[in-house]
Amino acid sequence: MQDFEYVAPTTLEEAVRLLDGNGLKVKALAGGTDILVQLRANRFQVDRLVDIKGIPELNQLSCSEADGLTLGAAVPCYRVYEDERIARLYPALVDATSLIGSIQVQSRGTVGGNLCNAAPSGDSIPALIILGATCEIAGPKGRRTVQVERFCTGPGRNVLEPGEMLVSLKLPLPKANSGAHFLRFTPRKEMDIAVVGVGASVLLDDARQRILSARIALGAVAPTPLLAREAGDLLAGREASEAAIEEAAKAARAAARPITDIRGTARQRTHLVGVLTKRALGTAIARAKEGKKP
Amino acid sequence: MTATARQESKGSGPFKVVGTRTTRHDGVDKVTGRARFGADISMSGLLHGKVLRSPHAHARIRSIDTSMAEALPGVKGVATAQDFPIIRGQALDFSGAVSNARVTAEVILAHERVMYAGHAVAAVAATSPHIAEEATRLIRVDYEASRVERLGSGEDTSPGSNIASHIQLKRGDVEQGFGEAEVIVERELSTQTIHQGYIEPFASTAHWAPDGHVTIWTTTQGIFGVRASTSAILGIPESMVKVIPMEVGGGFGGKASIYLDPVAAVLSKKTGHPVKMVMTRKEVFEGTGPGCAAIMRVKMGADSSGRITAAQFWLAYQAGAFPGSSVSGGATTGTGPYNIDNFLIDGYDVVCNKQKTSGYRAPGQCQANFAIETVIDELAERLGMDPLELRLKNVVKEGDRMPTGVPFPYIDLRKLEETMKTHPHYSAPLEGPNRGRGVAVAFRGHGGQGAPATMNVNADGTISLITGAIDLSGTRTTVAMQAAEVLGLAAKDVILTVVDTDSVAQTGTTAGSRVTFEMGLAAIAAAQEVKRQMSARAAMLWEVQPEEVEFQDGVFTCNRSPAKRMTFKELAGRLARSGGPITCSVYAPSTGIGPSFAGNIVDVEIDPETGKVDILRYTAFLDAGQAVHPGFVEGQMQGATAQGIGWALSEEYLYTEEGAVANTSFLDYRTPTSMDLPMIDTVIIQVPNPHHPFGVRAVGEVPIVPTLAAVANAVYHATGVRMTRLPMSPGAILEALEAKKAQE
Repeated sequence: MQDFEYVAPTTLEEAVRLLDGNGLKVKALAGGTDILVQLRANRFQVDRLVDIKGIPELNQLSCSEADGLTLGAAVPCYRVYEDERIARLYPALVDATSLIGSIQVQSRGTVGGNLCNAAPSGDSIPALIILGATCEIAGPKGRRTVQVERFCTGPGRNVLEPGEMLVSLKLPLPKANSGAHFLRFTPRKEMDIAVVGVGASVLLDDARQRILSARIALGAVAPTPLLAREAGDLLAGREASEAAIEEAAKAARAAARPITDIRGTARQRTHLVGVLTKRALGTAIARAKEGKKP
Repeated sequence: MTATARQESKGSGPFKVVGTRTTRHDGVDKVTGRARFGADISMSGLLHGKVLRSPHAHARIRSIDTSMAEALPGVKGVATAQDFPIIRGQALDFSGAVSNARVTAEVILAHERVMYAGHAVAAVAATSPHIAEEATRLIRVDYEASRVERLGSGEDTSPGSNIASHIQLKRGDVEQGFGEAEVIVERELSTQTIHQGYIEPFASTAHWAPDGHVTIWTTTQGIFGVRASTSAILGIPESMVKVIPMEVGGGFGGKASIYLDPVAAVLSKKTGHPVKMVMTRKEVFEGTGPGCAAIMRVKMGADSSGRITAAQFWLAYQAGAFPGSSVSGGATTGTGPYNIDNFLIDGYDVVCNKQKTSGYRAPGQCQANFAIETVIDELAERLGMDPLELRLKNVVKEGDRMPTGVPFPYIDLRKLEETMKTHPHYSAPLEGPNRGRGVAVAFRGHGGQGAPATMNVNADGTISLITGAIDLSGTRTTVAMQAAEVLGLAAKDVILTVVDTDSVAQTGTTAGSRVTFEMGLAAIAAAQEVKRQMSARAAMLWEVQPEEVEFQDGVFTCNRSPAKRMTFKELAGRLARSGGPITCSVYAPSTGIGPSFAGNIVDVEIDPETGKVDILRYTAFLDAGQAVHPGFVEGQMQGATAQGIGWALSEEYLYTEEGAVANTSFLDYRTPTSMDLPMIDTVIIQVPNPHHPFGVRAVGEVPIVPTLAAVANAVYHATGVRMTRLPMSPGAILEALEAKKAQE
């Protein structure tokens, strides 16, 4: 690890100016649970780290039945899963944030950082995708919004241009009769990286028998976390039955493009996509049925 | 700790101190962070050293150019193998003891050839660790890549093969034995390279003073081993090297080897400054000695009554780049729990381009036990016998011979196996699909080398006990307790300090489960000598004959005149004015530590869709002899079991096509976390060891030995699949389940 400049701006404008390094290698620092490890391992070098934790807007966490959830990019995971409103409205986000790394990592690491790190296995990303999150981005040219499933562009790469930063994530209020779940498979119960992660959300009809719409997202089986659109779409209009779930799982397996590496073989990952999709859908449907009647 | 265990804190048997759960001497320092480990050294003028390691698994070193590194501001010195006098002074020689200093030097810094990816090539000292690290990248090494021997299977036995040595043990006639068998089971099994996984990385600081004295502060299992190797490698007398032990954050055999000490010393000599070197976790994985991978073939036969008629056991252990695997540990113990008339055991020490292996808790024995106990389980199944019943049918007893031919002293393995068989866990219902129960039993033999100790009586009535035996696991307390028992003192009143190599007689490495036993013998001998001298002093003060003085429960009395009475503390306070302090140094020769036995019962549940194993219940059994500190013994059993579970289910070195280690962090080298482990229940049985006055047996290593097989047998009974390759990772189990389904 080489020396680098550390700066801690307190306004968005200042941060944007510092992040646009004019040829310098600059990265934003939130919890640091990925970036500090990567720097020590000489994965890459930086000339400047811009600590964004001092910017008020990035620490915002607001959740209401009126506006849904706004999650500042510097909010650590523990604030997400310890929030009772989030636990009630977005349990799938709690599923994901409570299994990233370890308790120590969750105390520091942020959902925004997990997304910006753009690991194919990033645990929060499939959960954000199935919940329809959008990314609020600030940069030298002003603000823009990107759907979360379009944010990652490859392993460790995302859509942020030089000088741009993630400000917050916005999650729409879940509809009545909806439910969602994220789960992953790891050899260990904690301190591990997903071999496969799967998130699923469903919207049921008022009788809670038929699926009106569904989203399925896959982690660690492609260069980026993946929205398996066909797998979700084929459930629309179907009874919430085992046969339908089985078909969706099959479509999810077909959507996966896994590789073989030290954490698992492509074959094992494809198999696990099927297993986890069924389990994720099962729990998502159960949660949709448990919810308060509208 | 279970409720029943907690109640027995008053001590058991005829002892007052031994057998109690006294407070650990180093406990407060450890939990408050005051204890100083290898990397906690700091001093003025300190430089930081870093090592450059080979990216090649096997290559000739054509040249090393250090000029660019030396030119980097902040760099004060660079060292290569050329700086070790032994490299030029001696040729490599594997004919005698394989762990000679010349080989150690070659492991510490490669000379002419790198033998594994991660092999140290050069080292830099600089004003900061970051500059030193950057400088290592400026060293230009011209490598000529060579053929990489990765297999290490021991298949090729022709001359010039990669088999370094062969050990054979035999008894009776195996062909005749197999002829008498009703059932014969044959299996090939394998285990992979695994690491001890100690939390504290290697760390060493050395200062080469202008007068030629070298001082080393280091994390090690044996300071005298560090002194001997360092002085031999540096070509200076042992008396010029002083090794000061730091607290050790786990060793498990891995820290009996040395890697940094002579390098830090050479860098200090070159720079005139003290030099501190601390490994990263990546360096620990790729540059230090892991435990051996093994391939084993077992053929065992039994008659219809369950008597084992013959056993054939073939073992090939990967030593890594230099000879010296732990194959003899496996070959001499694997069949140990069984009295077998006919056996043939062949063990091969196989070299390949991997890290030079080191000891790991009961070196070589876990692998062999996994093979034998898997086959025993299968024999029991084929015979329709209860697996513990089959073991009891063939159980070794006093006078039977170990595989080496040495007769067993007083043991009671039958008692251990019967305790397992009648334990509620063994008969508890295990309902539901995908669940299974496994058992395994293990034997480990222990040698011995004797131990010295020095004891001083303090004026306040406490004892200073001085040793050179590194405390890895609470032995300051367990040794002090044995001295306290003799002197009628509380354990806390015997203050045991582990000192440096200049301050105590030559002391063996902390290994082989020997310290509580052997240093205990030394402490007992020293305490008895102190008792003798104290009695003589009391006799002098009372003007009576020494034989007339009695000592009991910490009080001196005179049997002739009951009014004469002094506590140990009162007499200690009078020593200075009655002839001077009382002190003694003793050497207690080894009485032979002898055998230990352990067993496991484990219940697992498999997720058939993912292949993941969940451990539902675990009970570890151990014959500890007299447990000096039952809490520590339970800790050894639980820690060993946790390591064994990791070995069984998730730990292995993964190598790239080119032969480099692909998983050099705890993220991908999957040691189980606390969340992956069940509560490990412990059952201690106490069959006294006749070779120790309190009946103590060795407890540190044998508890890991049965775990691999116990878990594998449980997985079999849950799935119907014999997992013959460890670790039983989810992917491996999934594949095995698919293969089974395809067959059906």
